Amino acid sequence: MSHDADTWEKLRRLTRARIGLGRAGDGLPTKALLDFQMAHAKARDAVHGAADFDRIAVDLAPREVIRLASAVPDRPTYLRRPDLGRRLADGEAEKLPAGPCDVVFVIADGLSAAAVDANAVATLEATARRLEGLSIGPVVLAREARVALGDVVGAAMNAAVVAVLIGERPGLTAADSLGVYLTFHPVPGRKDAERNCLSNIHAHGMSPDEAGHKLAWLIREALRLKSTGVGLKEAAPKFAVGESGAGPRIA
Amino acid sequence: MRSRRFKAIHAGETHVFTGLATLLAQASPRRSGDELAGLAADSDTRRVAARMALADLPLKCFLEDVVVPYDADEVTRLIVDTHDEAAFTPVATMTVGEFREWLLSDAADGATLAKLAPGLTPEMVAAVSKLCRNGDLVAIAAKVRVTTAFRSTIGLPGRLAARLQPNHPTDDPAAIAAATLDGLVYGMGDAVIGINPATDNVESCVSLLTMLDDIRTRFDIPTQSCVLAHVTTSIAAIEKRAPLDLVFQSIAGTEAANAGFGVTLSILKEAQDAALSLKRGTVGSNVMYFETGQGAALSADAHHGVDQQTIEARAHAVARAFSPLLVNTVVGFIGPEYLYDAKEITRAGLEDHFCGKLLGVPMGVDVCYTNHAEADQDDMDVLALTLANAGVNFLIAVPGADDIMLNYQSLSHHDVVRLRHLLGLRPAPEFEAWLARMGLLDAAGRLPALAPDPSTARRLLAIGGAA
Repeated sequence: MSHDADTWEKLRRLTRARIGLGRAGDGLPTKALLDFQMAHAKARDAVHGAADFDRIAVDLAPREVIRLASAVPDRPTYLRRPDLGRRLADGEAEKLPAGPCDVVFVIADGLSAAAVDANAVATLEATARRLEGLSIGPVVLAREARVALGDVVGAAMNAAVVAVLIGERPGLTAADSLGVYLTFHPVPGRKDAERNCLSNIHAHGMSPDEAGHKLAWLIREALRLKSTGVGLKEAAPKFAVGESGAGPRIA
Repeated sequence: MRSRRFKAIHAGETHVFTGLATLLAQASPRRSGDELAGLAADSDTRRVAARMALADLPLKCFLEDVVVPYDADEVTRLIVDTHDEAAFTPVATMTVGEFREWLLSDAADGATLAKLAPGLTPEMVAAVSKLCRNGDLVAIAAKVRVTTAFRSTIGLPGRLAARLQPNHPTDDPAAIAAATLDGLVYGMGDAVIGINPATDNVESCVSLLTMLDDIRTRFDIPTQSCVLAHVTTSIAAIEKRAPLDLVFQSIAGTEAANAGFGVTLSILKEAQDAALSLKRGTVGSNVMYFETGQGAALSADAHHGVDQQTIEARAHAVARAFSPLLVNTVVGFIGPEYLYDAKEITRAGLEDHFCGKLLGVPMGVDVCYTNHAEADQDDMDVLALTLANAGVNFLIAVPGADDIMLNYQSLSHHDVVRLRHLLGLRPAPEFEAWLARMGLLDAAGRLPALAPDPSTARRLLAIGGAA
């Protein structure tokens, strides 16, 4: 059997899938059972936790930040009512300056507070330092927010493009994965096909620096083409993705 | 007809419901998707009153009134135009409430229900499901057998098949082979070895199909493979002479929702004909594989004011028009805005299985949830045990219950083995014989206790190129 154990060990290096777990009767061995439960617990904690926007505001200094709340009162409502997460709470729109500006960043908690805490500031700064010559508005920190809240914010601030950095739905392998949605000429009612998306930004996925590289390229292309979505294919040079789940690396 | 009024009077209180779609929606067990759509009853009292009104409704009303207009929707036209009046005769004079009682009675045995299926519309089975408790849904569905075949035979009494789902976020061939091996040694894959591709294009579809077919032919496995790409990708793969067994497509219960998936009934027919022309099946010629799930129409803004469970039953009516090998609801996948928690997911899974089976569809279930739903593996244990008792055709299994590509949780290979052992259910017969030949099944028909015969495992491990 030790030969087989060795073979399973080799196979496990090929994938992050939970293969070769072994059996306890027809159940899982206790270690595998508890490993799974821990991964699920981290995912649930990421969904139900609150993003630490105080800390994020400090980390972003000296950038100006504006804090906003969506029309969602609490997390259970957020999960049931995506429509409310796309609207601002009453009175919130008055906090937004009229602009105009080239780029507005919105950091939105979405479905993972952990993703925003771990990766939002690094991704934003990695992007901004590649946007020399463009005007960047105050950074909006939005609680209980969906992607399309960026359309409302971007329209109010007369932004040419809005980039929404948002916590993605956690999986068991990564609870802190960040996504970015870029929309040219944001106005309420934009469809998903009118956005460009970068996803899987976390320690074992796309690095914040690589994401910043791609996002800055997308922003400049969006401003040049005056469009995002199906007409704009991400083709930034330089970064390459690794193989077999080994994670991306700089080529 | 659209503004027909239905009434229930209870304890001196009168409840009025305007329109058949409203009556069905308000009679539905509570779920977040109907509330999001603004269709749900606004109180529990009104919900039960709607069921009282529905119970008194003659079944034949569903032949006189439709929930989505005939002229506006090809799914409605399919349902109306293919209805078998003669098959409907045994229940033609019943109300929905009487139909429930008859379904529970011994008079409604498997043979009777099989003959009845072409006479039932999806709205009829959705209506009666709303009057059924979970136990009723299990007991009635357990009487219905829908058997289909390609290289293995699915749906026979005393059998429980499984889809092996070796997904990988970058479609890495070695990683997919490793996960496939993990499933095969647990006896998974008799329903299908099916990959959700990370990239939906023809080249990657062809290369995955070729890889799966190599594994299947090298070990002479009596099963079928599938790459769950868009139907048009599969048609293109067939034109490139890829070794394609089954055509997959996600479908929904309205023309507009299907348009959201990029399909029409005529595209599905074209795909079925193309797959049939390959003549790859050995024991049968069911070549289609469909997935459905409550909420798909609402998410495409294409529900026509009809509740998500009724629309789901209409998706099953779409499926049955193409004689599929496999159909499964992805019940907990679509998210908490449609099914909020384990109670709603469990109920919907049992409803979908029940409705599919009554309509004559070879129904399986992806017993699953996402990490933002209020559910966990304990809840999946309960739903899987319940469905196995209801005679579900197949379940989906992924290594360790963790789909690393779609980021959700389904059942583990272990869980299907447990159900087979606990309930005396066996794999598809052709696949069972293969497992026995490979030493992956003992004389009692059980997975060997500790590990399979090392020499067999080693031969299979060669699939991954690691041994």
